[in-house]
Amino acid sequence: MTTTIDPTTDTIADAAAEAPRTPVLRGLLRQLGPALRLMLVATVLLGVVHPAVVWGISRVPGLHGPAEGSTTAAGASTLIGIDPVPADPAADPWFHLRPSASAPETATAGLGPADPSTSGGSNLATTAEGLARAVAERRTVVAGREGVAPAAVPDDAVTASASGLDPDISPAYAALQVPRVARVTGLPVAQVRALVADATDGRVLGVLGEPTVNTTELNAALVAARPGLR
Amino acid sequence: MSDTAAGLLQLVVLLVLLAAAWRPLGDWMAHVYTTEHHWRVERVIYRVGRVDPDSDQRAGTYALAVLAFSLVGVLLVYAIQRLQGFLPLDATAGGDAKGAVDPAVAFNTAISFVTNTNWQSYVPESTMSHVSNAAALAVQNFVSAAVGMAVAVALVRGFVRSRSGRIGNAWVDITRGLVRVLVPMATVLAVALVACGVVMSLRTGLTLTAADGSTHPAAIGPVASQEAIKELGTNGGGILNANSAHPFENPNGLSNLLEILAMLIIPVALTRTFGRMVGSIRQGVSLLAVMTVLWGGMLAVIWAAEAHAPGATGSGLEGKEARFGIPSSALFADTSTGTSTGAVNSLHDSYTAFGGGGTLLNMLFGELSPGGVGTGLYSILVIAIIAVFLAGLMVGRTPELLGKSLGRREVTCAAVVVLVMPTLVLLGTGAAVVLPGTAGALTNSGPHGLSEVLYAFASAANNNGSAFGGLTATSPFFQIALGAAMLFGRFLPILAVLALAGLLSAQPRRAESAGTLRTGTPLFAGLVTATVVLVSAITFLPALALSPIAEGLAASAQIGALP
Repeated sequence: MTTTIDPTTDTIADAAAEAPRTPVLRGLLRQLGPALRLMLVATVLLGVVHPAVVWGISRVPGLHGPAEGSTTAAGASTLIGIDPVPADPAADPWFHLRPSASAPETATAGLGPADPSTSGGSNLATTAEGLARAVAERRTVVAGREGVAPAAVPDDAVTASASGLDPDISPAYAALQVPRVARVTGLPVAQVRALVADATDGRVLGVLGEPTVNTTELNAALVAARPGLR
Repeated sequence: MSDTAAGLLQLVVLLVLLAAAWRPLGDWMAHVYTTEHHWRVERVIYRVGRVDPDSDQRAGTYALAVLAFSLVGVLLVYAIQRLQGFLPLDATAGGDAKGAVDPAVAFNTAISFVTNTNWQSYVPESTMSHVSNAAALAVQNFVSAAVGMAVAVALVRGFVRSRSGRIGNAWVDITRGLVRVLVPMATVLAVALVACGVVMSLRTGLTLTAADGSTHPAAIGPVASQEAIKELGTNGGGILNANSAHPFENPNGLSNLLEILAMLIIPVALTRTFGRMVGSIRQGVSLLAVMTVLWGGMLAVIWAAEAHAPGATGSGLEGKEARFGIPSSALFADTSTGTSTGAVNSLHDSYTAFGGGGTLLNMLFGELSPGGVGTGLYSILVIAIIAVFLAGLMVGRTPELLGKSLGRREVTCAAVVVLVMPTLVLLGTGAAVVLPGTAGALTNSGPHGLSEVLYAFASAANNNGSAFGGLTATSPFFQIALGAAMLFGRFLPILAVLALAGLLSAQPRRAESAGTLRTGTPLFAGLVTATVVLVSAITFLPALALSPIAEGLAASAQIGALP
């Protein structure tokens, strides 16, 4: 009897007549066949074919590089930032990134290289004592490194990003680091400023997002100008 | 240009794009769900599934189809995660095998993705393989969105049909939503996102070299295909832990705008679909007005609160990306919590008391500003029913909506929908707070700690999926309690909505009389908005007073965090 009933038609009333005690359960069982078959179809089409098609399209020249992580010839990614560690802290030639929640615990309040095998932030509330303390510590370290008053340090320099892998800093934080980088690398200040300008992106279409300086590009440009840095 | 001016212009760009898409997409979806013509590929799918696409189901059958489909989904997603170690591409960036997903995590995750929540109690980079992401989680991102749209359309048919009792065919609605709406849009968006720089790689890791010459293994994966449906289907679950804050998921201002647009486009256009199907566009416009007012109001709150964050903690930039700053983060946060997506491009836990409270309130409104795909439309229609009923009581008019009278049974169904979420949120939060282990699961203490717990249950019960990430929700209590909240928060309202659809469909459609409260007017939109705000205020004010409100008042009085 049940084999002749189409699973998709209304069988509640019929089912109730056949098995008055469990019409809902019988109705559910009757729908499980189509449900399983359609879910398997969906898994093949949406879970295998669809990503394969998108992956295939991403192989065309121009999209291939971004699809594989926008890595440069030097093996860095322009999308992900990892803070460089100077060989001699007293002669620090690098443009530094924002603090990261995935920096090693030995780093002061996240001022160190991030771990790109994971991602995330501190999740500290603005009212958390720990955040105020971390911000103050970072401010002191950055101000000391750049030789400026703590109040002159921009906010992005003292706050950990959401991803922990933010490659971008504000133009203000880049400008703050220019004198030290010029001094240590021996490059003229004007040339370092020009490198910063080259690595600066305005808002997309003039209105989307914020103006940023990409530190991956900027530090790579420094290495190109002064090959001995590394 | 100041960041505020740029942010306002960005908002204008977004609204123009949405306005341009509203009519064609809304009309297209109305056609998709009303035409009798099947596409060839759909006929093949029906044949494989052995379903009769021309049968018209009663509410009970429709509901059982939805439940059976979701049950199969939960079991399949659980199985794939548990078998992950036997499937390919399960290495971490460092090259270790991820192996089978822990049973509690797999249970929670299966429910989470089938219910369109995408709450993630795991770190994707170290837990979930490419195969699990693509073949289990992304599939649910597609089908759970299609289910939401199907249920919404079934409810609309309840208003349209007269003396029928039938509300459509669940298999046809789900299939058409996928084939004609979600898959084409997601494919176009995925390619656009790759062009923006979103990664789409089959590698499990790549070695990055820092400027100092040191090398670091980095996680990478097939992100773009999943990122597109994650936003478009208002799902929100990331392949990477930082979600849309990760540069690989959301590399720049343009990808950010596209992702925000993707979250909004279907829920917004469904108001047009609704108007079209009931034969009065203005009915849809008035619902859209309610959504817009709530979404815009909360955006103003979140944006202003973040822009005035205290300097001692970094002026609101902790937990935000430099390329997004405050305006683009606030716009994303408001949209993600208002659409039940739950993706994040900044960490809501690090928002100010009122900024984070705004994202929380967006969920506690019941996810209808503009809500998830489908869920937003049926949620606001249910609130409209409550509003008509309340207004009917006040002025003594017949409670009637779109020619259907709202009797005891209809209003009972609507009340069930409205009451399920607060019950789950308040019971869950209450239970969590008295349990001794909860304090240890929090990153922050005092009122903000309570916010973390309240946010988790609001997110789960509303099928949003975003988190105050400071809460470590891996204990058995949280895995099970949040799993239950997601499950009941999804399916109890769906069952009540489908029952309501059946009741409405069985009624004759009456002509408007002098005694009918006119809907589709600005006055009615105001009434619906007030109902949303009143219902959530009455329910949640005590809880909110102890969490974001207490935190905000303490901060502005400069007492600092309470001990």
